[in-house]
Amino acid sequence: MMEKHYYTSLTRNMTLIVIVVSFTPLILIAGLIGYYFETSYREKVMQHLHELVEKHQQLINSFLDEKLSYIKVLADSYTYDELTDESFLQNKLVILQNAYSGVFVDLGVVNSAGVQISYAGSLKLLNADYSKAEWFREAIKRDYYLTDVFLGIRRTPHFIISVKKRRGDTEWLLRATIDFVAFNSLVEQIHIGETGSAFIVNSAGELQTRPATELAPNITSLLSRTSWARMGAAESAKPVASSIEEVKTSSSGSNAASGIIKSQNRNIIYILMPLKSGEWTLVYQQDQADAFSEINRARVIALAIFTFGCLAIVLVALFISQKVVGHIQKADLEKEMMNEQVIEAGKLASIGELAAGIAHEINNPVAIMVEEAGWMGDLLEEEELQESENVDEFRRSLKQISLQGVRCKEITHKLLSFARKTDPVHHQVQVNDTIEEILSICKERSKFSNIRVQTELDQYLPLISASPTELQQVFMNLINNAIDAIGSGGGLLEIRSRVDGDKVVVDIADTGYGISKNVMARIFDPFFTTKPVGKGTGLGLSICYGIIKKLGGNLTVDSSVGLGTTFHVNIPIHAETS
Amino acid sequence: MGLEILIVDDEVEFAEAFAERLRLRGFTAHIANSGEQALGIVDQGAVKVMVLDLKMPGMDGLEVLRRVKKSHPEVEVIILSGHGSEMDDAYGRNLGAFAYLRKPADIGDILEAVKRAEKLLASRAV
Repeated sequence: MMEKHYYTSLTRNMTLIVIVVSFTPLILIAGLIGYYFETSYREKVMQHLHELVEKHQQLINSFLDEKLSYIKVLADSYTYDELTDESFLQNKLVILQNAYSGVFVDLGVVNSAGVQISYAGSLKLLNADYSKAEWFREAIKRDYYLTDVFLGIRRTPHFIISVKKRRGDTEWLLRATIDFVAFNSLVEQIHIGETGSAFIVNSAGELQTRPATELAPNITSLLSRTSWARMGAAESAKPVASSIEEVKTSSSGSNAASGIIKSQNRNIIYILMPLKSGEWTLVYQQDQADAFSEINRARVIALAIFTFGCLAIVLVALFISQKVVGHIQKADLEKEMMNEQVIEAGKLASIGELAAGIAHEINNPVAIMVEEAGWMGDLLEEEELQESENVDEFRRSLKQISLQGVRCKEITHKLLSFARKTDPVHHQVQVNDTIEEILSICKERSKFSNIRVQTELDQYLPLISASPTELQQVFMNLINNAIDAIGSGGGLLEIRSRVDGDKVVVDIADTGYGISKNVMARIFDPFFTTKPVGKGTGLGLSICYGIIKKLGGNLTVDSSVGLGTTFHVNIPIHAETS
Repeated sequence: MGLEILIVDDEVEFAEAFAERLRLRGFTAHIANSGEQALGIVDQGAVKVMVLDLKMPGMDGLEVLRRVKKSHPEVEVIILSGHGSEMDDAYGRNLGAFAYLRKPADIGDILEAVKRAEKLLASRAV
């Protein structure tokens, strides 16, 4: 018997092999494709952001250049006298405001002493003194100047474009205020996803526009990475804050710096680009999770598919291996049973041949013995021996010899019929008739033992092809056995015939003492008997078994000790003619 | 002079005892211990009934039966053998034996067969 352990380990091995074979390529492909996809997607996103920021950089630069050039044109086109005429200046402001609504807040002319000697605009800034203002000090040194955003006198954020002109020995400035709101809107347009936004800082890291989202901390340390802003911010940005952990930085020449920094458990993508020849920096920042939200979503979906796939593989592997091993187990069992049957058949055949030989060899000496005894009996009848006082004793003894001879003959005849190879002729037989016939023979015996016989015969039972004498032998044996099993105490003998599929089945059930387990194992073995010596040859059931097997049928037993035994005779309706 | 019976059997003791018993019952019994011997005796023409064993060394019973039935079809043959399958063979091939008896047979059964054969012979003679 194969151990259970063998099948469990077989199941386990099959499951593992299926899982490993399926998982390995799945994991490799998923990993490889995932890696390449993610890498290229990230590059694409970064590239896209770069382009976007670059476009705005150009836009802002051109905005500033354009505004500056207008002021330049204004300063170049008109004389100091014309521009100091307030109505003229007002006229020019209106033209500019019409052309660029809301960009130019006011215009003014400032002399070298820092006093605004001419002004056009909504505020009353005529004669305002800028001599102390930082922008003025810077502006007076250069031909043109763009200030950082500051509050100034008017206390609203703005910045100033100024162009320096010379009249005689004195210098004067044409100054225009650019509205912060108009400028801010340029940058505010850059808004991507939920956290992507842009803003402008000066070289000291001070905001020049309003950021739409929370600022990445420590802008100055970021600025220190750029080539253009490093000089101006060098003093303030020296301590690179330890809270910023660099993840990745890439820099494309002096035009841009980009990378990913870690801050407050968020990875933030940043892109820095110079504005205004490096005085300002356009900063774009976005949470990495936001920028790569698509890929994160794809990753979640892929992971879900992967997990479900793995789960399905495991389940299928388990299911299939269990099923296959079940089949193997069944096949093994069948093979084992087949082997047992083959051995059983072989055993029966060899015993059969042996038995035939023995029977024949014994028959001759027994025949001689019986004959000699008969001869002696004949001689005893002669008159001169009649006088002998022991003549009766002789007669009894001779009778006993021939009686035992007959007993020997019975045994050998059974042996011979057991071993008989050649088939007696087959006929179409109605099994019910055979049963009735045998029952009529056994009627006296069963009545004597107080046995009630019940039959339940299927009247539509089909005919089968078999030797009638052999069938008689089978039922005779089985019914006799049943009667013997019930004994003299009385009981019930039930005989049922029925059709089951392509077989005729006869059940012979008795309420006898049953068959114990160790007897059951040998019940069809020749010469095995539980009857007392001289009562049974031990061949009855093995002969029945042989006959039924020869018909292509089967003989089986159910028995429980103390309750009774049922023999099932299965005979195929269409026996193969072998 | 009783009915002439030939007993063919390689077991000498059996043949002798059986012959004696037949003689006691008024038959004229001859003995042959081999097939060849049996054919020789039959050829003499006196034998009417033959009691034949099947399994013998040399020419076996079936061969004897076949030859006797060919040369002397009037002789009735009673098969008396200890071997089941050869008995089946003889029966199956329908070689014309008059009766089949199994060893060891009761003398009564044999006598009954012999008497039936005698009756048949008598009816044929008429």
